[in-house]
Amino acid sequence: MKLWLSTMRLAARSLRRNAMRSSLTALGVVVGVAAVIAMVSVGQGARARLQEQLASVGTNIMMIFPGATSSGGSRAGWGTADPLTVADARAIERQVPGLRGVSYFRRGVVQVQAAGQSWSTTVWGVPESFSIVREWPPRLGSFLRRSHDESGAKVAVLGATVAEQLFGLGQDPVGAEIRLKDVPFKVIGVLEEKGQTVWGRDQDDAVFIPFTTAERKVLGAKRLGNVDMIRLALVASGDEPVVVDELTRLFRQRRRVEPGEDDDFAIRTMSEMSRAAQGSAEDMSRLLLAIASISLVVGGIGIMNVLLVSVGERTREIGIRMAVGARGRHILVQFLCEAVALSSVGGFAGVVLGVLVSVLISELSDWPILISPAAIVGAVAFAAGVGVFFGYYPARKASRLDPIEALHHE
Amino acid sequence: MGSEHVVRARGLERVYGSGPVAVHALRGVDLEVLAGEFLAIMGPSGCGKSTLLNLLGCLDRPTCGAYELAGRDVSRLDRDARAAVRNEMLGFVFQDFHLLPRTTAVENVELPLIYGPTGAGEQQRRAVAALARVGLRGREWSTPRELSGGQQQRVAIARALVAEPALLLADEPTGNLDSETSAGILALLDELHTKGMTIVLVTHDEEVAARAGRIVRMRDGRIVQDTRVGGPA
Repeated sequence: MKLWLSTMRLAARSLRRNAMRSSLTALGVVVGVAAVIAMVSVGQGARARLQEQLASVGTNIMMIFPGATSSGGSRAGWGTADPLTVADARAIERQVPGLRGVSYFRRGVVQVQAAGQSWSTTVWGVPESFSIVREWPPRLGSFLRRSHDESGAKVAVLGATVAEQLFGLGQDPVGAEIRLKDVPFKVIGVLEEKGQTVWGRDQDDAVFIPFTTAERKVLGAKRLGNVDMIRLALVASGDEPVVVDELTRLFRQRRRVEPGEDDDFAIRTMSEMSRAAQGSAEDMSRLLLAIASISLVVGGIGIMNVLLVSVGERTREIGIRMAVGARGRHILVQFLCEAVALSSVGGFAGVVLGVLVSVLISELSDWPILISPAAIVGAVAFAAGVGVFFGYYPARKASRLDPIEALHHE
Repeated sequence: MGSEHVVRARGLERVYGSGPVAVHALRGVDLEVLAGEFLAIMGPSGCGKSTLLNLLGCLDRPTCGAYELAGRDVSRLDRDARAAVRNEMLGFVFQDFHLLPRTTAVENVELPLIYGPTGAGEQQRRAVAALARVGLRGREWSTPRELSGGQQQRVAIARALVAEPALLLADEPTGNLDSETSAGILALLDELHTKGMTIVLVTHDEEVAARAGRIVRMRDGRIVQDTRVGGPA
């Protein structure tokens, strides 16, 4: 214990003596540890952000697209299969239990004019259930009602971005008139802000109008009742497999898919998409971590180099110590202590730097800050380990010196 | 203490290298040193006196022969065991002092205690006491750079004494000092000897050797003369 204490003191003193060299050496570890911590928190922040965005789509969501699927989740044959229709959505409502709502849409990019402003945005033709399925309530006014859809009313609900672009921030556009393809619409509501999708699209850059109005007056239709996608919300996520089975059976029957033939439609669940997105986020974090770890190893090589120089410079000191009774083990421990002290000090400074960098990155990228305590502990422990690993060779070299030769070393 | 043997060496040989290039530094040395003796080893360069000192100091191991230090056979010990013997039973004084640079006198003197069984609080107390014995009271916190050559050698002697060794080995302790300073160091060694310390000193200065009660002369790896003189007993 006493020996350890005096050895630690000794190590600290000898590091202080070569302050410049010690700090430059530690800098290698500082950078390594900071990189590990920053990369882990970037990875975790990105994941949390992803989670948020996935949640913004709505919970327990399922989507049905026309066209067959291939494995891995990419859709094939888009447009070749018969489109889905409003009648399909109605059939789901009637025949599949356990749903909170069924919605569908058609959309197209349209120039919107109002109050002398013009803005190009996506116009969505949707039923009243859209707001429920997407869990997306209006901030001002109200959402579309069933009667609007039945009568083909020329009313519109604006996304937050569109409202801001056309009417200015903080203005209440409810009751105002907008023109879509020269058709006048009355604004009846503005939706809550929703933010970006996982793929980076601004969900608030949208205008929602009744489905029937959209296909007749704004977007046009090859055949009335065709939809781009059907989206439904489950009451409970546990029902997912049952609902998928039900939907598959229903759609194979409605679309007359022969037994043994592949589906000509695809059902995607949110949990599936979320898993895929999480998976790629994790791969990315691991890659970042691996790269950051390399800088730690490079820092370790710096420690080894400095210790080798130090052993050379202090050969006489080692000789003196041995002459007065230091055993090989004492010398070994002394130099190992220096290596570990260097790397631990570097490790702690690296934690500070890493946290600062993480905060900075999260400020710049608007990601949540997620500094993982496990990453901090792990990085410091790894740094100390690097010290032991790279310090061992020089320390052993020192401990094996011949006392007589070491004493007469110039 | 009287006739107790501190050193009892029989047929010490030390050969460096092997085969045709082997160098026989010691060719069979018998030496006995009694407790309280002050012995000087003399001889020309290459006579083997440094090699003998290294063996007596357990810094090296004889190729053959037996060496008992204070009654204990130390000629076959391994590195760590020899380190322990040096720590507990031997004190070294070198020609060029061999102090740790940028390290205070007290810390230099403490060095042997760090590697021994002395408790942390006790170490400094004993180091300060040892410095007082060599006349360096008040210079405890000076670093070698702040001390004169004679003072540095006194620190080195304090370091050699601090663990209360059975034998003090001095290798040309005055070789790097002017005559006045040398006289001071030799007087200190005399004083230690008077108080019972066993000292073996290597020198090629006859005046220095004259201080010792016994002079051993070496040539070509052998002891050629062993004389007891009156000297300061």
